[in-house]
Amino acid sequence: MTLSAQVALQLGTLDLQAELAVRPGELLALLGPNGAGKSTLLRCLAGLTPLAAGLVALDDTVLDDPATGTFVEPEDRPISVVFQDYLLFEHMSVLENVAFGLRARRAPKADARRIAREWLERVGLGDYADQRPRALSGGQSQRAALARALATSPRLLLLDEPLAALDAATRSSVRRDLRRHLATFDGMRILVTHDPVDAYALADRVAILEGGRIVQTGTLAEVTAHPRSRYVADLVGVNLVAGVVAGGVLTTDSRAQVVIADAPAGPSYAIVRPHSIALVRDATAVSSARNTWRGTIVDIDRLGDRVRVSIDGELALIAEITVAALDALQLRPGDDIHATVKATDIEVYPA
Amino acid sequence: MTGGRRRRRRVSLPIPVLVLAGVAVAFFALPLVGLLWRAPWSSAWGYLTDDDALTALRLSMICSLWATALSVLFGVPLAWLLAKVDFPGRGVVRALCTLSLVLPPVVGGVALFFALGRRGLVGQYLDRWFDITLPFTTAGVVVAQTFVAMPFLVITVEASLRQLDTRFDDASRTLGASRWYTFRRVTLPAIRPALAAGAVLAWARALGEFGATITFAGNFPGTTQTMPLAVYLALETNPEQAIVLALALILISFAVLVGLRDRWFGRAPRANAVAA
Amino acid sequence: MRTLPRSASASLALLAVFAVSCGSSDSGSPSTGSTGASGTVTVFAAASLTAAFTEIGEAFAVEYPDADVTFNFAASSELAAQIGEGAPADVFASADLDNMTKLTDAGATSTDPVVFAGNELQIIVAPGNPLGIAGVADLADADLIVVTCAPEVPCGTYAAQVFEDAGVAVTPKSLEENVKAVVTKVTLGEADAGIVYRTDVLAAGDAAAGVEIPDDLDVLAEYPIAVTELAPNAAGARVFIDFVLGATGQRILASYGFLAP
Repeated sequence: MTLSAQVALQLGTLDLQAELAVRPGELLALLGPNGAGKSTLLRCLAGLTPLAAGLVALDDTVLDDPATGTFVEPEDRPISVVFQDYLLFEHMSVLENVAFGLRARRAPKADARRIAREWLERVGLGDYADQRPRALSGGQSQRAALARALATSPRLLLLDEPLAALDAATRSSVRRDLRRHLATFDGMRILVTHDPVDAYALADRVAILEGGRIVQTGTLAEVTAHPRSRYVADLVGVNLVAGVVAGGVLTTDSRAQVVIADAPAGPSYAIVRPHSIALVRDATAVSSARNTWRGTIVDIDRLGDRVRVSIDGELALIAEITVAALDALQLRPGDDIHATVKATDIEVYPA
Repeated sequence: MTGGRRRRRRVSLPIPVLVLAGVAVAFFALPLVGLLWRAPWSSAWGYLTDDDALTALRLSMICSLWATALSVLFGVPLAWLLAKVDFPGRGVVRALCTLSLVLPPVVGGVALFFALGRRGLVGQYLDRWFDITLPFTTAGVVVAQTFVAMPFLVITVEASLRQLDTRFDDASRTLGASRWYTFRRVTLPAIRPALAAGAVLAWARALGEFGATITFAGNFPGTTQTMPLAVYLALETNPEQAIVLALALILISFAVLVGLRDRWFGRAPRANAVAA
Repeated sequence: MRTLPRSASASLALLAVFAVSCGSSDSGSPSTGSTGASGTVTVFAAASLTAAFTEIGEAFAVEYPDADVTFNFAASSELAAQIGEGAPADVFASADLDNMTKLTDAGATSTDPVVFAGNELQIIVAPGNPLGIAGVADLADADLIVVTCAPEVPCGTYAAQVFEDAGVAVTPKSLEENVKAVVTKVTLGEADAGIVYRTDVLAAGDAAAGVEIPDDLDVLAEYPIAVTELAPNAAGARVFIDFVLGATGQRILASYGFLAP
């Protein structure tokens, strides 16, 4: 059982061109910044937003194919959704909410209620069956929404930011619960999130969506080890420099040069870790084995005994230095500065 | 009065607002006080239990309830169309369907003749093919009342549908519910307070309807003479009876409006219900 | 000339009024002396007088350039109620005696009412009388849609009286609240026949036709006029009433189908 999707859609300022595949039993996290098109992509899969072009297919069943005019209505897709703020129907009891999908699919009332009750027990909400959704806490609402989505036995479960509506205090415990409940579901799952912790805790594989494009897929470890986008680099907390390697030097589009230890020629990414960068006022004393870039300090951010200094210049970099170094150099925003880093501290991999 | 729903919070009110609101209350209350003041209390019971009065009252209740039912049956789908479907000329259709709000009711009655009368655009065929004539019949009263009352329901329900979070519809669809099932089980319950409010407004308007009724359906006791018509004609000959009948009409509407208020409009607002 | 039963001096008053109006038109200078009218004269008149009184008002304004007439046309009963509640009317012209009597009994008039016009009933039918309705007896046909005024308003009382005198059992489909509504029902083709005043048939022009009711069955409606007790412009009111009763007023009323009093 696999899902394969090529989605093309223009919606306002969003230009979505994304390709996605989910393998049987897999949980794929769709990770990306706000506005990247994650929720829109999810809506396309659910059939709530028709494609402009492309194809959505579940195994051999085509769900949406504008080229042939095929479109399966959302209610006819074996796909369930857990929405961001759960969208439990407030005029129904929790039990009726969970039984809703079965009733909508014409299951006899008694059967629907029995199955719904089993699901509520399974997610630990048996005592709340006759309550209204407003009586539930955020975490309980999420479990009820999950039970409602799973009660119809979907083959694909879509979760849209299932933890975003929760406050930080409850998020980790709810995430743990979610992980446990999701593990019992053996269908395909896609989790949309902007929080890498969710992806780390819940996903088998991540796909990074940025600006409407899938820029990277793989396990979280693979993705974070070799970021291919500014978004992932920022998540991991490293400086990412894209360019072309030739003769031990990586040259960026803006003609900045990064001296590197050794790497095959061709388009590549270079990672410069903030703590490997040193800041000096005078660049003459720097050895040639080091890179030196001139820049201007735009921001200084103290985090405990570490200081993050944002520099704009030949390369936009974040350097992490000690408070002692900051005091010694007497840095202020607007100061001109040189950032230096050893060539051997820079990691390079092909783009 | 159970639970914490009636808990009051002390708020400081701006004096000018209070004064103006007070004037508004007086503006509505004083005419009623005037009626009460002029009412011939000693003979009130006799006027009320007068056969003609009871007949008119019964007819009023029957017709206004029918008009309300028809308004709901056709008005809710109309409101849904206006709120949810973006079609060319929607503004024009909305204006058309609420025209009777601004149309003098008597003109509305004449217009109904042109449409549904014996010589009307459609009425002539109703008459010729089905032997149905609406003028001078109880059905004609219902038609006239529906004509003026339905816009109140449509406007109320449309406003509510517009404010509705359509993502609940999405949720319903992804759970396997068809559009129709979603409309019945998700949309309708969500707009129930507005639907109730609109229905009550439409009913009250139908109950008080005079101009379109007397023009289109005429005035005959037992068939088309509703309470407002009886009140109006009583004014010609017996103002005391007219006052008593008018008070009866007001009291009935008042009782219904106050009674329904608690049940339908007194519900805890949704904002309070959202879990933190 | 008809007078109100309870106003014994009406004939005298009317004579006096007549003399004055003749005198003024003889003199050819109406704005001179005590007969002159100035300021605004507010006339509350029965709805059936709308067209005739509007024309009389125009003629009056020509004759008395200093004066100005404003009208309030409505059902006589409504007007009587309004005046009873203190509406600033100078003149009240009613379509029946009862509503005038209501006011005189309450002391709300300052002159004795005088009858200035009469009207009689006719059967109003579609143009050309396609159903061949010949008289009151034909209205008993159950297949006919007959409408009359409600018994609460004068034309309804009169219609009921006609049916009773003719010994004909007519069941109207509707009892309209005013005579114009009866006319409308017939001109729109919704009703086959109605009982209205002959002035109404005349006013309907080509849109309707009238069938005479024999004199022995017909009812004569009388239109009285009086100055109100609280008239802001009592002098002007008297001059206006004189004018209505005078040659010009009577000629205009006759042109609209009203009978001489």
